[in-house]
Amino acid sequence: MTLNNELLIRVEKCLENVKDPEIPSVSVVDLGMIEEIKILDFNKIHIKALPTFLGCPALEIIRKNITEAILQISEVTSVEVEFIYHPPWTSDRISEDGKERLKQFGIAPPPVFNDEIQEWKVECPYCGSYYTTMENLFGPTACRSILYCKACKNPFEAMKPISNLM
Amino acid sequence: MKRKSCHGEECSVEQQIENKEFKQVLIELLYQLADDDFILAYRGSEWLGLAPHIEEDIAYASINQATMGHAVMYYELLESLGEGTADELAHSRKAESRKNAILLEMANGTGTYLNQPKYDWAFTVVRHYFYDIYKKLKLESLKQSSFEPLAHAATKMKMEQYYHIMHWKVWFNQLCLSSGEGKTRMRAAIQKVWNEFSGVLSYGPNGKLMFDNGLIDAEQTFKKQWETEMKKVFEEISMPYPGEPKSKKGNGREGFHTEDLQDALATLSEVYTFDPQATW
Repeated sequence: MTLNNELLIRVEKCLENVKDPEIPSVSVVDLGMIEEIKILDFNKIHIKALPTFLGCPALEIIRKNITEAILQISEVTSVEVEFIYHPPWTSDRISEDGKERLKQFGIAPPPVFNDEIQEWKVECPYCGSYYTTMENLFGPTACRSILYCKACKNPFEAMKPISNLM
Repeated sequence: MKRKSCHGEECSVEQQIENKEFKQVLIELLYQLADDDFILAYRGSEWLGLAPHIEEDIAYASINQATMGHAVMYYELLESLGEGTADELAHSRKAESRKNAILLEMANGTGTYLNQPKYDWAFTVVRHYFYDIYKKLKLESLKQSSFEPLAHAATKMKMEQYYHIMHWKVWFNQLCLSSGEGKTRMRAAIQKVWNEFSGVLSYGPNGKLMFDNGLIDAEQTFKKQWETEMKKVFEEISMPYPGEPKSKKGNGREGFHTEDLQDALATLSEVYTFDPQATW
């Protein structure tokens, strides 16, 4: 294994600890936000990341957190985080682990969007029931909606599905 | 629409913007797109705390945040073309140099945010719904744009736009299908928006060149698509299609604006002009 490969693995590990500032159980890797990691000359790290929502105010915090986390690795001389728009981030980029961790935090992962009926069914993250209703398409952040579970009587949030079909 | 723009050959972004005409019309188009989203997001943010109920306040804040995010994307593209920083472009440009449609700068109603804001929710719903339908079609067209960074941005924006339309459609249909004051006020708002909507559809003086350079569908083609879509909207609420939209107050794409824009710019740039060097 070359030295560069070793460093790459350490950078990847590091990114797993960079959490979403508003959902502390999921990392930027879980969310599928990391598109490319490059090690340039003199161990400069260049990261290409995909923003989930364009107006997301957390983006600059995420950029800063990624930079600070990777700079902890002693060999790394500098870090640049570039936000790119191609490919666009879609909610199917969230990993299976990421979906589980969203549920642990009380947020339903993005449901599968049914293009034919233009609608989706959301599973309650607390009791697993599908007997849920949408209270508000828009929630505390651009990427989430507010729902209510009629089975266990809990309000909860769900990540909005974002797909190329829309 | 043409995808290629270097004498029929595929060419890089750098090669494209070496072409003076291409760069000039691209910049003009980007200003229209950026200024439209920017001023409407500002008008929307003036509803913060005043929306009809708390859920709407949350939803509308989210929509405005997204719309402002879209304006930022366009301003950043302009920044990459050497037009100045996104912050300067948003805050420091005088009204005459803005390219937004006049409909989008119009005040929400009488009064100001701090003093007796008697804002018209019917006007807000109609303006937003019609604009968002227009914007969805525009983004579909821009997804095919010859300028790849713009095509990529449009692809991303359109996914978010989906939720905005869904939201306004509910308000629009329910209020239009209501009886009494709701219906009367919606009819008046539709008329008010229709009187200026032609300005939104305008590509400005260089519209033909935008199409010739493969940046966007031809103005007339686009207008037909928009009409088809709008006719469905009126059918759903069983109202007759109001015919040709007009632009009674002038064409913002040519730099004509109203006092409403001057006032809005003075308010929104107050903090920025106080200390342009401040970091946020």
